[in-house]
Amino acid sequence: MKLQDISRRDFIRQAAWSGAALTLAAYMPANGKAVAEIVNPVTNGIASGTELMSWISIGPAGKVTLMCNRSEMGQGTFQALPQMLAEELEVSLDDVHIIFAPANPAKYGPQPQEGSFSVRGWAPQLLRTGASAREMLIEAAASEWKVPKSECYAENGEVIHRVSGRRAAYSALVEKAAKLEPPADVQLKKRADYKIIGKPVPRKDIPLKTNGSAIFGLDKKLPGMKYAVVERSKRFRETVKSFDDSETRKVPGVTHVFKVQRPVFSQFCEGVAVVADSLWAAMQGRKLLKVDWADFGSEHPSTASLEKQMRENLQKIAHQPKFDGEYAQCVQKLEASYETPYQSHSCMEPLNCIADVRPDSIEIWGPIQEANWIQADLSQRFNIPTEQVTVNMTFLGGGFGRKGFTDYPFEAAFISKEIQAPVQVVWTREDDMTAGPFRPGAFYTLKGGLDAKGHIHAFQAITATQWIGQEWSPKPPSAPDAPGYNSSDFEGLLHPYRKGIPHYSFGGAGTHSPIPVMWWRSVYASTNGFACESFIDEMAHLAGKDPLQFRRDHLPDTRYQALVDKMAELTNWSSRSSKQGWGVAFTECFTGICGHAVKVMRNAEGKVRIEKVIALMDCGWYVNPDTIRAQVEGSIVMALGAATTHATTFGDGKAVQQNFDSYPMPRITDIPPIEVHIMENDEKPGGVGEPGLPPFAPALANAIFDLTGQRVRRLPFSLDEISQ
Amino acid sequence: MFLPLVIFTSIEKPHFIAANLHLVNPICRSLTSGLHLMHSQLPTEPTMPTYKLSVNGKTYSVEAEEQMPLLWVIRDLIGLTGTKYGCGIAQCGACTVHLSGAPVRSCSFPVAAVGEQPVTTIEGLSDDNSHPVQRAWIAEQVPQCGYCQSGQIMSAVALLASNKNPDDQAINEAMNGNICRCGTYPRIRKAIKTAASYPH
Repeated sequence: MKLQDISRRDFIRQAAWSGAALTLAAYMPANGKAVAEIVNPVTNGIASGTELMSWISIGPAGKVTLMCNRSEMGQGTFQALPQMLAEELEVSLDDVHIIFAPANPAKYGPQPQEGSFSVRGWAPQLLRTGASAREMLIEAAASEWKVPKSECYAENGEVIHRVSGRRAAYSALVEKAAKLEPPADVQLKKRADYKIIGKPVPRKDIPLKTNGSAIFGLDKKLPGMKYAVVERSKRFRETVKSFDDSETRKVPGVTHVFKVQRPVFSQFCEGVAVVADSLWAAMQGRKLLKVDWADFGSEHPSTASLEKQMRENLQKIAHQPKFDGEYAQCVQKLEASYETPYQSHSCMEPLNCIADVRPDSIEIWGPIQEANWIQADLSQRFNIPTEQVTVNMTFLGGGFGRKGFTDYPFEAAFISKEIQAPVQVVWTREDDMTAGPFRPGAFYTLKGGLDAKGHIHAFQAITATQWIGQEWSPKPPSAPDAPGYNSSDFEGLLHPYRKGIPHYSFGGAGTHSPIPVMWWRSVYASTNGFACESFIDEMAHLAGKDPLQFRRDHLPDTRYQALVDKMAELTNWSSRSSKQGWGVAFTECFTGICGHAVKVMRNAEGKVRIEKVIALMDCGWYVNPDTIRAQVEGSIVMALGAATTHATTFGDGKAVQQNFDSYPMPRITDIPPIEVHIMENDEKPGGVGEPGLPPFAPALANAIFDLTGQRVRRLPFSLDEISQ
Repeated sequence: MFLPLVIFTSIEKPHFIAANLHLVNPICRSLTSGLHLMHSQLPTEPTMPTYKLSVNGKTYSVEAEEQMPLLWVIRDLIGLTGTKYGCGIAQCGACTVHLSGAPVRSCSFPVAAVGEQPVTTIEGLSDDNSHPVQRAWIAEQVPQCGYCQSGQIMSAVALLASNKNPDDQAINEAMNGNICRCGTYPRIRKAIKTAASYPH
């Protein structure tokens, strides 16, 4: 490939097309103004051709470029989005090329990567966009041939006149089509007619990830770029009193040392940046830096103090009069407490970000989940118009919620502004693991009462945890149910049984600490699911009923019943051996419903080992079954780690675990055989990336109870410590 | 020093051209000026040693401190970014490369210890994903985020070089040093077996 060829194709020409997308979505504006150059080398591809819609261009050879308005952090947007577009646009998937769109909500719509939203949130939009583009191409051909549009159809990148057999390639029609009004309404395909959607077609990003050519944030370089590492306070929210950089500045290549800030919710955290010509020099300089930190003046939390606070908070709201009345009428009663730890996101790619701040513009490159938020935040904080803040996404080496925060791009911009040069700020693993924000630990007290028939009559869940939503607000709500209390804290709690239990109530008590907390894959469902589905299991045993049948009895909805029935079939539930321990759990979060069954046995040494995991995902209408299987497999592995191998603890106001030696991840040796099955139905598309995680820990704990009679109520726990 | 020129004229990776095309020259300038600065501003500093490294069959001359880990030499001096930084303490395996065919954690391997041993990185397997392990990784759709996969693949290639038909235990032993946060382990195991099944 000649260099000039690439340069020539190194932009998108915006065609003179106006208003077309207005009927599709309010945020797709009229355009057709000056030529815009969008260079995006990250995905090894360059958009080219004529822009037909805000997201789609068609090039001379018929190649379709789709601007990806999502992040790609492993969840498969690089396949699901092209699959949806190709289906309705009637092109081969091989002809769809996907590249990252820069932050531009006016053009590409909201771009946050969260809430398992890529398919469930974008399917309607993208299918309609593809279908509208197809109709415009057909209309262009019909008008060119002076034949009725109804006599034409589209197939494999061409429009065909049914009567004469005449054909025209999309590439020959696109300029004309781009000038047309899109149809007010379009007919979407029926599921039975899908040729691409629903098929396990291979992912487009994978070949880039097997030869080292995928560009992650850390791999991106800019001309004249410097490197920075930052010594941040290990104790949360301390400030820099003074620092001694005399030795640091002697390191060859170190050019600047200065105090920096980064916003963590409503406060600023401080650190000292070491900037150098190479990353290695910056890291060496940092080792010689001496910083004197100013205490923030409040208690230094430890895991013991946090747990004490959570236990006390559970007591404060133990009584809810309405629940107490119903509970009093129950024939059999049970109360149990569950405890879950703080966790680190620990993406394999540590945090990093490039910023290039000029007097009147900012450009950001990095592994980013929240492009729009970062754009708006930097615009406001640096007083630069949004249009002058360019946020470019690279591939993300994991995200899990952490890369949806604005602190690390801000810090990079702060440093770039100070040194008046582009800079890449690199967080070491230790920086990444100790700074947070973390998944909050959560403690629970659950109460449940059975009626005379052994059905749950009253159910209560009280949670004590740090409230993520409250991080932004200095004033906590005064009562658990007061305005400001974030109901998402109950995500995944008692779903999907809420319709099957006559009286249930929830209450929450916020933990207060300077430790920053944030969403972590499946957010509160990751801990709520453990407490709730462990307790449902305990209630089943109290009622003397089979745990799977007991769950079915509390699920009036046929969709959930079908899930339980399918699980009974997959596990051969009714004829399981007494030497095996089987546990099940079902949770629902981010509109995906997932069940896990875990089989445990004792090995020759008497240790409990996981023999098998069977997962059953009901995410309704779906795009790529192999991506779903991959996401659920990965969720199980992540949940296995959070249940049995790692946790973040605190001492003297600092995170104790700093790297993978003290925060041990599951490894290949820890992974049991995993089967993933998908429910087939025509329900609306549901989330996939997160809902596969919460059921694992309770299913495992329930299996251990089935085998040993021991109930696990605290995470993480060691399988080796389950006694004989 | 002519090393930056040596480095960048020897890069033929399509990704580098396609991905960083418009940056190749500026990076070159950046590195050159960086190295230049070190010498011109700090004339009293002792000159850093120069190492001749054979990486993916090409010879590079790099100037680096003895203790500089091979990882940063490969990524920042030679410019091959397929090898990843994950932990810096040889716990995660994202930085795995081969020295004379044996897997090492380059984040904790000083450049001075490389000596004459040829280095192979992910880029050295093949540009076009034609290596059997790369083919198997694609066939089994292993990567999710993909960040750890260079290291996973390098560990798997080393395993298959010494054991043409590894069983589960052999796979466990060879792959236990590589962490995958996305949890692609079941597919890694499958892909190694698939690669083993391809005709040699």
